[in-house]
Amino acid sequence: MEYFVIIIASIFVNNIVLAQFLGICPFLGVSNKVETSLGMGAAVTFVMAISSIVVYLLQYYVLVPLNIAFLQTIAFILVIAALVQMVEIILKKVSPALYQALGIFLPLITTNCAVLGVAILLVQKEYNLLESVVFAVSTAIGFTLALVLFAGLRERLELADLPKAMKGTPVALLTAGILAMAFMGFSGLV
Amino acid sequence: MKSSLINMVMVLFLITLVCAAAIGGVYELTKEPIDAAKQAKQIAAISEVLPSFEKVGIPQEKSVDGDVVKIYEATSGGKVVGYAVETFSKNGFGGTIRIMVGFKADGTISGTSVISHSETPGLGDKIDKSKSDFSKQFEGQNPETFKLGVKKDGAGDVDAITAATISSRAFVDAVNRAYQQVKPYMED
Amino acid sequence: MSNLKIFTKGFVKENPTFSLLLGMCPTLGTTTSAVNGMSMGLATMFVLILSNIVISLIKNLIPDKVRIPAFIVVIATLVTLLQLFMEAYVPAIYETLGVFIPLIVVNCIILGRAEAFASKNTPFKSALDGAGIGVGFTFSLTLLGAAREFLGSASLFGHKFEALQPYGMLIFVLAPGAFIALSYLMVLFNKATAKIK
Repeated sequence: MEYFVIIIASIFVNNIVLAQFLGICPFLGVSNKVETSLGMGAAVTFVMAISSIVVYLLQYYVLVPLNIAFLQTIAFILVIAALVQMVEIILKKVSPALYQALGIFLPLITTNCAVLGVAILLVQKEYNLLESVVFAVSTAIGFTLALVLFAGLRERLELADLPKAMKGTPVALLTAGILAMAFMGFSGLV
Repeated sequence: MKSSLINMVMVLFLITLVCAAAIGGVYELTKEPIDAAKQAKQIAAISEVLPSFEKVGIPQEKSVDGDVVKIYEATSGGKVVGYAVETFSKNGFGGTIRIMVGFKADGTISGTSVISHSETPGLGDKIDKSKSDFSKQFEGQNPETFKLGVKKDGAGDVDAITAATISSRAFVDAVNRAYQQVKPYMED
Repeated sequence: MSNLKIFTKGFVKENPTFSLLLGMCPTLGTTTSAVNGMSMGLATMFVLILSNIVISLIKNLIPDKVRIPAFIVVIATLVTLLQLFMEAYVPAIYETLGVFIPLIVVNCIILGRAEAFASKNTPFKSALDGAGIGVGFTFSLTLLGAAREFLGSASLFGHKFEALQPYGMLIFVLAPGAFIALSYLMVLFNKATAKIK
């Protein structure tokens, strides 16, 4: 039950993009096509799942016992950056096909604040290891969902006849606002 | 500078070393102000809900319903003047609500103050004193006679916030939890 | 480029929010009121100026291949220092801004300026660049915060307008309002700068 609540809450109610404003850069930048959005979403899910485990172990088996929890920010970002590099290298060797699909998105993920954000949040919410992983994966699914929905809307928007000043980012933001409104309907679900 | 392996390792190591030292130093420097700030916040929350007192003791922590209720005993001239109870409810519309409830020595509620909540702005957040008078109806009431339940539910004497019954219920739930925990202290 | 130009280009021409579309997460996430937006802007400016200075001081010591990791370490350190200072001296603001303070580390503006400007210029010019971009960012955030606060809760910098209270449109303080308010501010910005360009 506990896990179910975490899943629903992080996919719909507290959607990381539309309610928490994390990962806006790829949301606005990458989401022009449904296909690329799916690719980005898959890459983020992959990295978030692994990084949640690593960050959990780092926090509770290194930082807390050594009493250096104040180094959290610096330790997390370095671990995430290294992890993304490692994932990229391993993927290239082990599964070239998957690398082909996700490869171009991986370097972008280091500066995706959603990944670091989730790492900090799961410590803040005092989740245990399994909860952390569930939280990370469902947050990433929420991210993918927002990205794909948004890409679908934007593919159509390109055909719309708009005032010049409205074209591009402004109308994208407006659409995101309406999407965020729709997602507000989920609040109170858990 | 040239990117030889030794160079790279040395430079990164040095940078990390300097950075770690800087953070460590500042951490030691800010440790006291951070603790002081946390304590000041706690004291401020307590004095908001209790009438004047001289000092508060170390809180008694009680584990109930999967969380902790903290009871602070406030004394004046060695005499107990009241209890401040840090309590919670998990039934909020947006998750857990944490409030501080002050009880006078005779069990009368002297005040409440919201510590943290994630209720909907404009509706549920009216549990906060600065947003509406909802929480003021508890002041001066003794839960012995003032039934802690929402009037609309037929469960008690509390007027719920319009369009935010769930938040109101959760608030009442938290106050009730505080009262149940602090009750044994009153009877001594 | 003259020093004055380095400083002022961040205001409009390279305004991080409206022109370059960088640092969108804190822009949308922290601007529920003018004061919150301004605090976030100032916090970012603090890190931006210092990171620009430090990076331009050590730029010649860093081997090219480990440039980015070295920059990230410097930025993360400065952010941690900021966190400690804020927790000690302005705990209320620290709590309101929450997770967005540590997330300054991954704010593209900072790494972007380090890479594009500080790693090629003198410390003084880099400081000016950081200050200019920082002012531009703070201004944008304050403006967005003020717009949302005024429309959403009919107040400005915490000052309530009693007569307008019943007309506050709550949606602007909530998540969708952030997107919508920024969208319209951007339209106004585009309109205003279209003539200059």
